[in-house]
Amino acid sequence: MAAQIKDTGAHSAPVVVLEGASKRFGALKALDGVDLSIAPGECLGLVGHNGAGKSTLVNLITGLFEPSDGRVAYPGAHDPRGAGIRAISQEGMLCPNLTALENLQVVQRDLTGAGWRKRAGERIRSQLDRIFPGHRIRPETPVLDLTLAEQQMVEIAIGFAEGEAPARLVVLDEPTSSLDAAIAAQLLAHIRRFCANGGAVIFISHMMGEIFEVASRIVVMRDGRSIADRPAAAFTRQGLVDAMGHVAEDGHQPSPAALARTLGDKSHPILRTPEGIEARKGEIVGLAGLAGHGQAEALARFYLSQSSDWRATPAPAAVFVAGDRRRDGLMPIWSIRRNLTLAALATLTRRGLIDRAAEARVGADWQKRIGIRTPDMSNPILSLSGGNQQKALFARALATTAPVVVMDDPMRGVDIGTKTEVYDMIRAEAANGRTFLWYSTEMDEIRNCDRVFVFRNGVISAELEGNRITEENVLAASFELGEDVA
Amino acid sequence: MMRLVNPRLALPVLSLAVLVAAVFWLQPRAMSYVGINLLFNLAVPIALATVAQMIIIMVNDIDLSMGAFVSLVACITASVLPVNPALGVAMLVGCVLAYAALGALIEIRQLPAIVVTLGMSFVWGGAAVLILPSPGGTSPAWLTAIMKSKPPLVPMAIIASVLIAAVAHLLVMRSGFGVRLRALGGNARAVSRAGRSTIRLRAMAYGLAGIFAVLAGMALVGLTTSGDANIALRYTLLSIAGVILGGGEFTGGRVSPVGAVIGALTLTLAGSFLSFLRLSPDWQIGAQGAILILVLAARLVVRQAEKRA
Repeated sequence: MAAQIKDTGAHSAPVVVLEGASKRFGALKALDGVDLSIAPGECLGLVGHNGAGKSTLVNLITGLFEPSDGRVAYPGAHDPRGAGIRAISQEGMLCPNLTALENLQVVQRDLTGAGWRKRAGERIRSQLDRIFPGHRIRPETPVLDLTLAEQQMVEIAIGFAEGEAPARLVVLDEPTSSLDAAIAAQLLAHIRRFCANGGAVIFISHMMGEIFEVASRIVVMRDGRSIADRPAAAFTRQGLVDAMGHVAEDGHQPSPAALARTLGDKSHPILRTPEGIEARKGEIVGLAGLAGHGQAEALARFYLSQSSDWRATPAPAAVFVAGDRRRDGLMPIWSIRRNLTLAALATLTRRGLIDRAAEARVGADWQKRIGIRTPDMSNPILSLSGGNQQKALFARALATTAPVVVMDDPMRGVDIGTKTEVYDMIRAEAANGRTFLWYSTEMDEIRNCDRVFVFRNGVISAELEGNRITEENVLAASFELGEDVA
Repeated sequence: MMRLVNPRLALPVLSLAVLVAAVFWLQPRAMSYVGINLLFNLAVPIALATVAQMIIIMVNDIDLSMGAFVSLVACITASVLPVNPALGVAMLVGCVLAYAALGALIEIRQLPAIVVTLGMSFVWGGAAVLILPSPGGTSPAWLTAIMKSKPPLVPMAIIASVLIAAVAHLLVMRSGFGVRLRALGGNARAVSRAGRSTIRLRAMAYGLAGIFAVLAGMALVGLTTSGDANIALRYTLLSIAGVILGGGEFTGGRVSPVGAVIGALTLTLAGSFLSFLRLSPDWQIGAQGAILILVLAARLVVRQAEKRA
């Protein structure tokens, strides 16, 4: 790969140059006069809230949108494809019915004629071996038989795979959202190698640690503008978060709110699962550990055991907040209001018909309480940004009277601002006596819990409480000592 | 994990085997060259129509005009093709192009295929009546010669079915072209993000389905030696049932061409099986439906067992 990139030219010529690039969608100015130039060998960390213009910027660079004003140029190439620009999007852009190598065929143009399968399989396998040594993915496996993490690994491998035009700039939008720590570390190491060999990367993540680990330069975006563009060393974590407009809490201690809050009756757990998860009234119980070690399955088993397949009751025993919004959460063609009231529908019916006025009241109430940013709750749910869609799904669960809320890593790819708001909401609801079962892949969220069960290989390996909930303790319980975790 | 046999194919193969065994048990004389040919030769046009339907279902659409379209092709083949071959060929090519245009229209205007094809079924039906007002016509001699040929050892119906399955498998499952068509059914957004035209791809899928449907109509005339505007109306539902029986899914681009052909053979055989049972024709359609439900129920049970494993 190094050789391929070096012959494309001097390190001085940038891969892509934006001059005063703007993008308007109707009245909304999604991107406002951004100047940016990315040179080979650079790893650009791109940070900002949802709606700050990161995705629009990426879509201009990858050529999905034309700029409304200004210019996007690819020195030495005609189009983004020829310039070797690849993008790995947050939403998952694989075809689940195809195998990994067939997915490569969809994006690459030179895989035609006899023997294309062999060549495609070779490209995928060699790239997977290079980025994720020790992976166990076969290129001939249909994507839908892969786990979420494996799908993300395949997508990343497709992004870096050799092809007609070698990859010179790879855009990674939240690439580690489904990966566990060990796999994510492999990816970060690969990004550093790729850049050292003259490749360029745009790295979007809401995990500050990752940004500082790989980025050589950081661009902060707010309201469609690039408000800071400096070498990574010139930023501190705190400074970066402050620049984005939100103050991060000091996360190295368990949240004071969680510690201070008086819990319900400590002696009587209101729920107990076969795996050994216990929770008391008003408790926030976290499920931690490496991704894919049985947490989601434990939650699903518990939730399904509490709910009926046949009928909805006005007072369900538990409600579910989906993490994989598209698969488990959204009704994509429904309005925001209908999506929101779905779980509480049994309380909103009179004589078998839905009371529209009551539905509108519930919708308006929760829009205010949880802060869904939309002018009209009857807009389609997909008109919202990802963070706001997730808020609507939270509101769907909280609008019921269910005493237990089950959350399957619901904050995947949600911006910090939304997260902080939802954390507050969860604490307030817990103080009112609701119990939360919260599977999360992020340490910051685990620290919000009163009690944490760490999963390893499908069983609970540790139960932590109060100030024993620390990153060190969770990690120690997540990894098996003396075993190759990769 | 290496899988030698695609598990999605196990059930269609098994249901066909059970049905073949049952027919042979009821009527041992069917176990011969002539018998097998008689049992399966009407399956050839159904298999072609099923593959056509499968290609439409593969891109997340459904074609409710399949029967009317195959009937129209049969009318053209029986009345125009023997008299004026050039015009006949031009009309058949026109039919394929019309199908491709429908696909493009559906994608450009984001129309529901179910509505468009339902509407078109009346257009095809009307055109068929205009071309051949009363049943009749003749099959071109070469077509009958192919369809009724008697190759040594293996009957024509079996050779044709294997050939259809093999060609469809290579085209849809193995070629890059087929991969891109299936990608459209799997994740259309990913396809357009990759810079490919979904309009072009959907038009190609419909065009390809049109080619198989035209072949179905021609094969049917080759067997029956005459045409009729209503000759193939039941193909619409038979083809959909065949795709599903063969392990295909209505959405997500998950189909199996080999399974579709097996599904078509199974459905044809189910008819013969019921005749051999001396079941009154009044009950046959219901009984055919019952067989279909039985197989699909078995498929659900197998899926759930798979999921649990």
